[in-house]
Amino acid sequence: MVMKILVNGEEKEAPVGVSVSDYVKALGFDPETVVVELDGHILARADYSCKQLREGCELELIRFIGGG
Amino acid sequence: MLLVNERPYEFPSGTRLEDLARHIKPEADVFILNGFPVPASAQVQDGDRCWLIKRGERIGAEEMEHLLYARHTPGVQEKIKDRAIGIMGLGGLGSVVAIALARIGVGSLLLADYDVVEPSNLNRQQYFVDQVGMQKTEAMRHNLARVNPYVKVETFADELTEANIALVFQRVDVLVECFDGPKMKATALRTAVTELPGVGYVGASGLAGYDANDLITTRMVRRNVYVVGDGVAEARPGQGLMAPRVGIAAHHQANQVLRILLGLG
Repeated sequence: MVMKILVNGEEKEAPVGVSVSDYVKALGFDPETVVVELDGHILARADYSCKQLREGCELELIRFIGGG
Repeated sequence: MLLVNERPYEFPSGTRLEDLARHIKPEADVFILNGFPVPASAQVQDGDRCWLIKRGERIGAEEMEHLLYARHTPGVQEKIKDRAIGIMGLGGLGSVVAIALARIGVGSLLLADYDVVEPSNLNRQQYFVDQVGMQKTEAMRHNLARVNPYVKVETFADELTEANIALVFQRVDVLVECFDGPKMKATALRTAVTELPGVGYVGASGLAGYDANDLITTRMVRRNVYVVGDGVAEARPGQGLMAPRVGIAAHHQANQVLRILLGLG
């Protein structure tokens, strides 16, 4: 089952009930390097596996790249 | 009317610089007229800008502040002179940001880095060959003292972690993330937003190689929170960190710090 969510302002599809952690991994990112803002709130790293995405939720993902 | 050392004076046209010096700065031995070095016998005209300099002389605190007021856009100096900026990491980004902010005269800098200067750092970091092996916090403290001795510099030479960032930087107005590793970059942003909510923040992501300049942008995360970079150029073999492009990102960061301090964040 698939639902529609917003990711960085763009409409995307995600499996119903997917966790933040699994969604980020499915995008090919290491969750440790990603800051997740879900419906306007920055999530604690510890909440990534238990927080489930819902239909119509708004995700802002900032994936950090090494080098500095 | 003319400006001498950025202060207005009334002297008749035709006055020689050495006569100005006798009144204003008798020990001067370098004379600059409208941006060019001239002999002491050169004459001024109404509207000229002159500099009377004693070679090697240390600039006093009041004079330094006056010079900064004169050089900056009006209204900037009073908004930054009492502010504290924290810089996490003194590598390719942090060393450049620190110097840029010291030059414009922010009140204080709290610099954190556990590392020492290595020869390979010199391709992009603001240290010198005679500083290899020095603790970065000490080398940068030394360099900043030579750039602007009136910026207060504090240092933290231990490792920053999720557990101590908020404690170490609890008193800063803006925090700049200049880490190398992507996990610490993410950790720092999460920590800052949740534990230092009133503090400005400028992070960085994607600045390696020599791809086009204008791919480096400053992106807003929320009010007073920004991330600089192209978001993709990872430091890896074949795409290293080099002074030119890292410097673009670092100066994006420094200017964004300034914008946040001026209420434009």
